[in-house]
Amino acid sequence: MDAIQVALASRVAAQHRHHGKGQFFWVWAALLLMTAIEVYLAYQNMQPIRMLSILMGLSLIKAGLIIAYFMHMKFEVSRMKWLTMSSLVACLALMCIFFPDAFRILTLGTK
Amino acid sequence: MSEAVAHPQALAETYEPSLFGTYSKKIGMWLFLLSDSLTFGALLYAYTYGRISTPNWPTPFHSESIRNATLMTAFLLTSSLTMVLAVRASVFGNAKTQRWWLFATMACGTAFVVLHGREWSNLIAEGLTLPVFPTVPHHTASAEFSNVAQTVPQFPATFFGLTGMHMLHVTLGVIYLGIIALRRTFIPILLGLWLIAWLATPAYSPFHYGAHVLLAAAVVCGVIVWLKPKVYDSSDVEVAGLYWHFVDLVWMFIFPLVYLMSTRII
Repeated sequence: MDAIQVALASRVAAQHRHHGKGQFFWVWAALLLMTAIEVYLAYQNMQPIRMLSILMGLSLIKAGLIIAYFMHMKFEVSRMKWLTMSSLVACLALMCIFFPDAFRILTLGTK
Repeated sequence: MSEAVAHPQALAETYEPSLFGTYSKKIGMWLFLLSDSLTFGALLYAYTYGRISTPNWPTPFHSESIRNATLMTAFLLTSSLTMVLAVRASVFGNAKTQRWWLFATMACGTAFVVLHGREWSNLIAEGLTLPVFPTVPHHTASAEFSNVAQTVPQFPATFFGLTGMHMLHVTLGVIYLGIIALRRTFIPILLGLWLIAWLATPAYSPFHYGAHVLLAAAVVCGVIVWLKPKVYDSSDVEVAGLYWHFVDLVWMFIFPLVYLMSTRII
């Protein structure tokens, strides 16, 4: 490895050494548990809107855990956290502009 | 420079600190993942749009499909755990342990792709197919699935588009980790896998042609390791891990939206 690589590796090590292995197992167990809850809910014959809300809520929690712990975002500087996450959420939220059109199709030609 | 090599921290401090408090390779991967999340976002929105605008949206996934998809989810979640353990081993300079955790991650990813491929093959044989897929010879499609493909073509189009894109990402992720773990040694293995995948799948299977992704990846990886041969360090393992966790993250939305919301309850 050249000098820059050695410096980079030591920097990565400094960022990662502070947290223990146990938290990763907790996050993994929580993700599996939430998946089991989702599968259980799928067979409960709920109203689709209610089920969608619960499933998406659980998926967002799972996504948050993966980004925060597995992708290490919780330990990044706040500028990195805010810029990446807010831009992502804004872009995905903008795509919701299509949904009113999907509902409109259902009533087209019925007036 | 020799002093800086002896003290890597000193070398790191000779550069202006990053605006984002981390190294550029990692920022580059984050930017790629942000753009890729918009690709998957668009596919998920297209699926949801189709579902909202189609009153008789099918619910074709029987308990066998749900069991299969749940097992696939468990493999992917476990692969994320083994990936963080690989990053951790690389940080502590434990190259052997890091390699074994990377192999475990690749094994889980491969299991995911195999299970997903088996499910695709079953659905296609049952009649849930796309016009571009060849028909399965000597096999009668079930009326239920043929009906879905004919009356709601948006369903197979969005289902195969979304899950196919994800399967491609998982496959490329396994190859990426293989290169990080074994470097150029992985390329002949990849070529062997391509031959097996190509010759072992029947000509009517979409995976018969899909296997050529492995050949294309072997060529690209060969060019990369030839142009820039290097020992992959902990920063490379961490950046590869970011990609892998992203693939896992996307599945956390595909699984409930596509499978659980289309469960056939008898």
